[in-house]
Amino acid sequence: MNNSIAKEKIVSLRKKRSLEDIRFKYYGFTAMCLSLAVLVFLLYTIFSKGYTAFQKTIVLLEVDYNQEVLKLTPESSDEEMEKGKFFRVKKQAIENFFPDLSKSDIKLIKKLFSINVDNEIKDYFLENPEVINTKQQIWVTAHSDVDQLLKGNSRRDVPEDRRKLNDIQLSYVDQLVEENRVKQVFNNFFFTKADSRHPEIAGVAGSFMGSLFTLFTVFILSFPIAIGASVYLEEFAPKNRITELIEVNISNLAAVPSIVFGLLGLGVLLNVFGLPRSTPLVGGSVLALMTLPTIIIACRASLKAVPPSIKEGALAVGATKTQAVFHHVVPLALPGTLTGTIIGLAQALGETAPLIMIGMIAFIPNIPTGLTEPSAALPVQIYLWVESAERGFQEKSAAAIMVILIFLFMMNAIAVFLRNRFERKW
Amino acid sequence: MSNSKILANGVDVYYGSKQALFGISMDIKEKEVTALIGPSGCGKSTFLRCINRMNDLIEICKVSGSIKVDNEEIISEKTDVVSLRSKIGMVFQKPNPFPKSIFDNVAYGPTIHGLVDSKNELEEIVHSSLKKAGLFDEVKDRLNEPGTSLSGGQQQRLCIARAIAVNPEIILMDEPCSALDPIATAIIEELIDELRLNYTIIIVTHSMQQAARVSQKTCFFHLGELIETGETNKIFTNPDNTKTQDYITGRFG
Repeated sequence: MNNSIAKEKIVSLRKKRSLEDIRFKYYGFTAMCLSLAVLVFLLYTIFSKGYTAFQKTIVLLEVDYNQEVLKLTPESSDEEMEKGKFFRVKKQAIENFFPDLSKSDIKLIKKLFSINVDNEIKDYFLENPEVINTKQQIWVTAHSDVDQLLKGNSRRDVPEDRRKLNDIQLSYVDQLVEENRVKQVFNNFFFTKADSRHPEIAGVAGSFMGSLFTLFTVFILSFPIAIGASVYLEEFAPKNRITELIEVNISNLAAVPSIVFGLLGLGVLLNVFGLPRSTPLVGGSVLALMTLPTIIIACRASLKAVPPSIKEGALAVGATKTQAVFHHVVPLALPGTLTGTIIGLAQALGETAPLIMIGMIAFIPNIPTGLTEPSAALPVQIYLWVESAERGFQEKSAAAIMVILIFLFMMNAIAVFLRNRFERKW
Repeated sequence: MSNSKILANGVDVYYGSKQALFGISMDIKEKEVTALIGPSGCGKSTFLRCINRMNDLIEICKVSGSIKVDNEEIISEKTDVVSLRSKIGMVFQKPNPFPKSIFDNVAYGPTIHGLVDSKNELEEIVHSSLKKAGLFDEVKDRLNEPGTSLSGGQQQRLCIARAIAVNPEIILMDEPCSALDPIATAIIEELIDELRLNYTIIIVTHSMQQAARVSQKTCFFHLGELIETGETNKIFTNPDNTKTQDYITGRFG
């Protein structure tokens, strides 16, 4: 009798327990779906806003390379050609852009072209000097306002005073479209140029190189120090109060807000040591300080993961402690160490606040070529562009986010590759 | 007493405030196999690790007393631990080959001690060590494969070869067969019997049959004390101490 009651209880409880299993499975599933949905939404937003930045609008312009206007002759040397009066050629080309233009219309039409057109006309000529005294049809970059209009990013149905282009300019643009004198092509400027006040010729090359130099500095500074510190702490340091204090404080340092490190850089590196402001050298040093604790923690974890039996084996055949550590433990921990370092570098790549503190937020219109040249960094560039009022910069910032995401993705892929390639099963 | 290799006298070991060994005194003869037996936690491994100072790795471990190897005191600050360990090889409970090639595993010891001048010499040492460990014929065609790819018993023999390669006089074995199957165990036991001709061997084992099979002397440890030591035959047939008697007959432990 008693027995059957107990069985019944077990059965009813059993049902409840398996229901619990199912419920928790669905909770987990829902949570995962939610986070996936958010991620997809984020990526979609970035992509849909940013993909247009990879295209630019170009306009067909008829340029007359008249030698009198240029003040050049076919026999001119290269240096003389550099100094040709290309702005006059451009002015002439724009005046003849449409037949019978009034002075005010010319002024308006001039605003449909990028400021870079002078350079493009010049570059075309320098590459093909034989075109002197001929008329050439050249595709030149359109102004960002035209670009945005044709990409559908700015609206034309708002009142004229709230538009960048007025009605006359719009009618000219429409005419160009009708005559097939505009088209959209791949925006090479985005990848080859540095920042600019003009959205149509602003690119990420400058900030990308800046980020690269910064990461290089971070790696050079933090990797050896982190390896040294973690090997010492893990293998050589006596286990006493002081070591414990250091260990706790490394974890604390990993949690210090990054802007504090920026202040440190500003106060010490810039003001005391007088290192050059806004440079990858200083930015990298600050970020190295910031990522050191993270890397040390990762390095120590991978050193700890090497089974002590390996070290014992080495010691037992008479290796010294240093030999046992550097012949066996460190090489075995190296993949984990590298992975940790790359994760640390990825963290440094996305960091903005400390760079703002040391002046890497300055407007730098050229591509840096060294560690001590002022430069921007990718996240700061995004911040700068998001802040800009010009509509043309909005797609640029989304596209720059894509660039930094791909950069990060590649770094993490390398980390995963290293881990899988060299991971050892014990 | 002329050919005593290791002479321990009143060895105390503390782990922090806990005493693990109480005044162990022991006399180990040259070219004999001495088995240390006893229930888990009785301190036999601890004693073994005193002999090549492996206990140094454990920070809270304090050793006092005297252990003399070839009449030289080794429980002292002045002891050169590195040369001591090249004289006293060790084989561990779990096979622990380096994650390197079979060749490099054996070559590591001779290389760091500078025992060889040329590649040929090194090869010779590696081959002869592998032969002595009875592994050469099984691996001679794949010396470049990782040591970890071998079977458990082969790995353990590789570890023995690695220990032999630095030409030690004493080999310590800490339960060398506990992770192996009976066939691999039998091979190792045979090997120990051969190695006895050239080396002094001390083996910690949980298996009394194994102690009976391979050793000439047996020491019985219990709760950190050395209860009885003597000829293996005598210990297993007619022990003096009742505790030894109880352990051997399986009444505890």
